[in-house]
Amino acid sequence: MAVSNVEIRSAADLQINPRRKRVDRFVKYFFIASAVTTFAVTIAIIATLVVDAIQFLQGLNDTEEGLGALFSIGWFPRRGIFDIGTLVVGTFIVTGIAMLVAIPLGLGASVYLAEYARPKVRKTVKPILEILAGVPSVVLGYFAIAYINPNIIAKLFSGANAAFTLAAAGIGVGILTIPIIASVAEDALSSVPLALREASYGLGANRWQSTFKVVFPAAISGIIAALILGVSRAVGETMVVAIAAGATGGGLFSTDPLQPGQTMTAAMAALGFGSDQVAGDNNAFQSLYFIGLLLFFMTLFLNFVSDRLVNRLREEY
Amino acid sequence: MPLSNPQTVGGVAASSVTHDITSGKRDIKGKVLEGMLIIALAGSLLILAILIIDLLRRSWPVWTDRPGEFLRGPLNSANAADAGVGQAIRGTIELALVVAVVAIPLGTACAVYLEEYASKSKLASFTRLNVRNLAGVPSIVYGLLGLAIFVQFFGLGRSIWAGGLALSALVLPIVVITASEALRAVPQSIREGAYGVGATRWETTSRHVLPAAGPGILTGVVLSLARAAGEAAPILLVGAATGLLRTGSQGFFEQLGAAFTALPVAIFSYARQPGEAFREVTAAASLVLLVLVLLMNGVAIWLRNRYERKW
Repeated sequence: MAVSNVEIRSAADLQINPRRKRVDRFVKYFFIASAVTTFAVTIAIIATLVVDAIQFLQGLNDTEEGLGALFSIGWFPRRGIFDIGTLVVGTFIVTGIAMLVAIPLGLGASVYLAEYARPKVRKTVKPILEILAGVPSVVLGYFAIAYINPNIIAKLFSGANAAFTLAAAGIGVGILTIPIIASVAEDALSSVPLALREASYGLGANRWQSTFKVVFPAAISGIIAALILGVSRAVGETMVVAIAAGATGGGLFSTDPLQPGQTMTAAMAALGFGSDQVAGDNNAFQSLYFIGLLLFFMTLFLNFVSDRLVNRLREEY
Repeated sequence: MPLSNPQTVGGVAASSVTHDITSGKRDIKGKVLEGMLIIALAGSLLILAILIIDLLRRSWPVWTDRPGEFLRGPLNSANAADAGVGQAIRGTIELALVVAVVAIPLGTACAVYLEEYASKSKLASFTRLNVRNLAGVPSIVYGLLGLAIFVQFFGLGRSIWAGGLALSALVLPIVVITASEALRAVPQSIREGAYGVGATRWETTSRHVLPAAGPGILTGVVLSLARAAGEAAPILLVGAATGLLRTGSQGFFEQLGAAFTALPVAIFSYARQPGEAFREVTAAASLVLLVLVLLMNGVAIWLRNRYERKW
């Protein structure tokens, strides 16, 4: 029985049509070029931030106050007072409050979904958590200023500012972080092999003992990774803080979460939007890039640590 | 002849064994812990419910009084009665178009390179690291990128082009990561089959692997467009209008180069205004954005479930 009626007379018949080969090679370079584009984005980001941040520092050095303006009494960019500490402390306060909200809710939800929930419950609840993950941050900014601050913060604490508080912004940011923590932690818990749970049950442990004394410790690097990723997102979150923390023009150094305050991202949004940005060579405007550089390295570091922890978990199992 | 019903005997035996193991004590600690976990999960879902109810309740006057004018109306952060989201919706759609044209082909091509052409090369592993890092960069930093590179360096001005390119850079890592996952899920046997009959790598990729990975890639595309539609920080820095916006009857391409606004930016500028009237407008605009974004996310989830294939 003939398999094929194509007759191969010489090696040349096995060779590919040169046009097809040319297309193949051309396309490969196109793909390499598009991969290289991602580096162009990274380089452009770093170059922009570094060049303009240096310009800002040089400009600051030429003023009367010099670089001391970076450590003065508050953040008033229009008056040449650039206390970075004010912004960093504000960012830490908002992030801390966000974690107070997001860690118990996000971790609790992930443990329940991974260890307790029946498959049917998991199948219906997970898409709802994904919906929460899809809510745009401006909408939560509105929620923080229109609902959380008047209905929760102002009612619980009588001394709280009625319009803007860092606490309301922190809760809003926390709500945005819940689904991130929940989904990364749930992945970590689900990747713990079933054999560990079975061994635990076999030794007579009940469900909460298996969950909290066996599965949770086994997934701990992934869970810490989830928390660090959550912190990183909270530090970089802009719109909730820009709307609800009351970032207008500037502020004194403050650690009171019940009063309006400044964070790194809110200060950037305030500097960057609308008509304020007309003066491109203004030193106040350049400070935007300096904060941006600081923010970039902070989140880069956090993401790097989180990434390493997730990889460690993956290698273990 | 059966002496007794085995099920009953089994049930009685099981309960007596349970009783002996636990010495008749109930596991109160376990129940309390489980209750706390349920509260955590229910709390997360409750927040979403409160948010949606609050948006509906507060925006109700806008929907009953002037739904048409609101949906078609201009950006106006001075007078709540005239404020609308017409220009903003248009801007958001135009931004999404730019993102679709720029980020999706680029991101998919990058994923094809990573998965099909150079999965183990140095460049590929370095690219993967780079993309993962880009995915974690805060969105406002992409605004700085857009401002310095697209607005000033390339001289695009505060236009849809500049905003759309900044958003493209923002969603590029998402497209690459989701498309890579979709390509990785295509079984090796499909590639081997194509190579076996003499197809080149490009023919294998374009005619077999990409169509097989299509639904997965599409899911990522819709998710990244939803992300782009909901982001305010980058386009705010690029210079979207927050106060008033005059748009004449320009043609489509002229408009891409002109001043613009977008839904999230409109919400931001309305949310900053004091007074209950602006709260209503903000809630209504938020609801429009939420419906738009959730609809897109829903389409993505539906696509994933509908076309998810087990090989």
